[in-house]
Amino acid sequence: MSIFVNSSTKVVVHGLTGGQARFHGLRNRDYGTKVVAGVNPAKGGQEVEGIPVFANAQEAKAATGANASFVAVPPKAAPGSVLEAAAAGMEVIVCITEGIPAQDEARMYAELRHKYPKSRLIGPNCPGVITPGECNIGITAGEIALGGGPVGIVSRSGTLTYQALYELKQMGIGVTTCVGIGGDPVPGTSFVDCLAAFQQDPDTKAVLMIGEIGGTGEEEAAEFINERVTKPVVAYIAGVTAPPGRRMGHAGAIISGNKGTAVAKMQALTRAGAKVASNPTEAGAMMAEVVKNL
Amino acid sequence: MDLYEYQGKAYLARFGVPVSPGGVADSGDEVAALAEELGFPVVVKAQVLTGGRGKAGGVKLAGDREEAKRCAEAMLGTDIRGHTVRRVWVEHATDIAREYYASFTLDRSAKAHLAMVSAKGGVEIEQVAEEDPTAIARLHIDPYFGFSEAQAEALVRQAGLDQEARAGAAEVLAKLYRCFVEGDADLVEVNPLVLATDGRVHALDAKVTLDDNAAFRHPEWAEFAGTEELDERERHAKSYGLQYVGLDGFVGIIANGAGLAMSTCDVVNQVGGKPANFLDIGGGASAEVMARALEVISSDKSVRSIFVNIFGGITRGEEVANGIVTALGRVDIKVPMVIRLDGTNAELGRDILRSVESSTVISAPTMMGAARTAVELAGGK
Repeated sequence: MSIFVNSSTKVVVHGLTGGQARFHGLRNRDYGTKVVAGVNPAKGGQEVEGIPVFANAQEAKAATGANASFVAVPPKAAPGSVLEAAAAGMEVIVCITEGIPAQDEARMYAELRHKYPKSRLIGPNCPGVITPGECNIGITAGEIALGGGPVGIVSRSGTLTYQALYELKQMGIGVTTCVGIGGDPVPGTSFVDCLAAFQQDPDTKAVLMIGEIGGTGEEEAAEFINERVTKPVVAYIAGVTAPPGRRMGHAGAIISGNKGTAVAKMQALTRAGAKVASNPTEAGAMMAEVVKNL
Repeated sequence: MDLYEYQGKAYLARFGVPVSPGGVADSGDEVAALAEELGFPVVVKAQVLTGGRGKAGGVKLAGDREEAKRCAEAMLGTDIRGHTVRRVWVEHATDIAREYYASFTLDRSAKAHLAMVSAKGGVEIEQVAEEDPTAIARLHIDPYFGFSEAQAEALVRQAGLDQEARAGAAEVLAKLYRCFVEGDADLVEVNPLVLATDGRVHALDAKVTLDDNAAFRHPEWAEFAGTEELDERERHAKSYGLQYVGLDGFVGIIANGAGLAMSTCDVVNQVGGKPANFLDIGGGASAEVMARALEVISSDKSVRSIFVNIFGGITRGEEVANGIVTALGRVDIKVPMVIRLDGTNAELGRDILRSVESSTVISAPTMMGAARTAVELAGGK
């Protein structure tokens, strides 16, 4: 089992005809993901390496039975593509686009919630989601992930997610699903959403959570862990040494005052009963210990 | 991007928010001339991107030309909370009856816009929030529906603004919201928003943070560029398009991905070192980007060792390693360097790195081990 995506997930790639979308879309297919269609309003009827291209997501869904969308188009066009996918009835929409204006993102999130509450957006500005061996939507290098569980991963950071997948694989520990929720101000899927799904998933026995400074997502996760999560959680938070008020790359990684600091997040998670590591290597070792005792 | 008060006021004015007429200047004589034009008394305000200017002597009232010039000259070039005063703003002094607070920002946990209004303005709002949280009226706004006139009116009532200020304040709030949304700001804050003795409500200060991601649809923001407070290293990195933040330690950091770069700073700290910077070169880690990153880091005189921390994903270990080898051929590095390469095909990558290894270019397989070596080579703490 897994969360959000599995071997029956059929993916439409928006903008498959070029750029990032083509590169990653074809990589995802090579990994074994069922990439069934592409979308480009000007190139309906064409093909990309054997994958049919439709003028819009609705047509693509009607013709192929797709139930997920992969959006990797530039920031200007991304909110439109996400909403188009939702309107077509896609259950999961992965948006890796970095640099969407915050106002557009907030409006897009609100519109999704009002009009298409059944569609789950993962991202924007995220590495995507992978259920190893079944479905990989996004930019994760599939070969660094070992499938089969028992660990579920949820992360706000890209490279730290890969690091976590890789360390677990080195130790022979498999992953049910790894979700990169992204570092933007208004992520479509939160830590809490993923923790709730992992708690429900019978094959996920433990959760590895990777957070960073800024926002309150980790604090909300701590509250949720305390109240609802019975499975062991190992957490790592990056940015202990980040100076206040400075932006460290991700739009999400900004702190002001003493809210959203790494220390505050680590304390909240510790109080909630999570095991909190001080570096990624320690997080891997802690998880190995947890898995041994399952 | 944070705007200075004078830029913020100009930005608010674009959306119809009333501000006092004034001007910006960088010399005493200019200030005197401006003050003369505006009419006395004037207020001279130091332009720095930090709060608490009043207490630090950065806001002064001047009754005549000489005094205005004197105030400006006393401020220019001084340091306010670590920020050098390069310009001052001069405006005609307002007869203030009441001082309020108003702001719009994005509340990430609610995933909605947040309006905050208080009758207790003119002081640090964090302090008000701490001492008397009920003094701040808060309203979450659904970005899909926007901010209505009725909501604005209810908010100023709830905040307990004086009766005679309510209509004017509600009107200003509507304009501030437009500035926040259409103006692509992360934050629009007016403290104080004043009721003048003549009954008008207007913005006496402006704190505006623009969303850099929206710059593509705001060509007019170009005028704000180049006035940011960057240190020499940051300016250099910015010209190369690198994600760089200068810190005050001695171990130079290069990593791919913001999370990994932050994490790298953290582990250097954990093993007794201090990071000199945060630098994220992105996922690709090409030779070109690596060379630029090394150039920026090695021009920093406080750097005593460099820690390159790369995780190969789609860009495989051997590609990253070839990039590093090429970069080392282009940039003259004078301090020791530790490279930790992990991920896809890391071993192939490490084999390639052997050709450049020496007593000062060291490859280490683990993040913690590499951090320790980098700190040792920097001469410890």
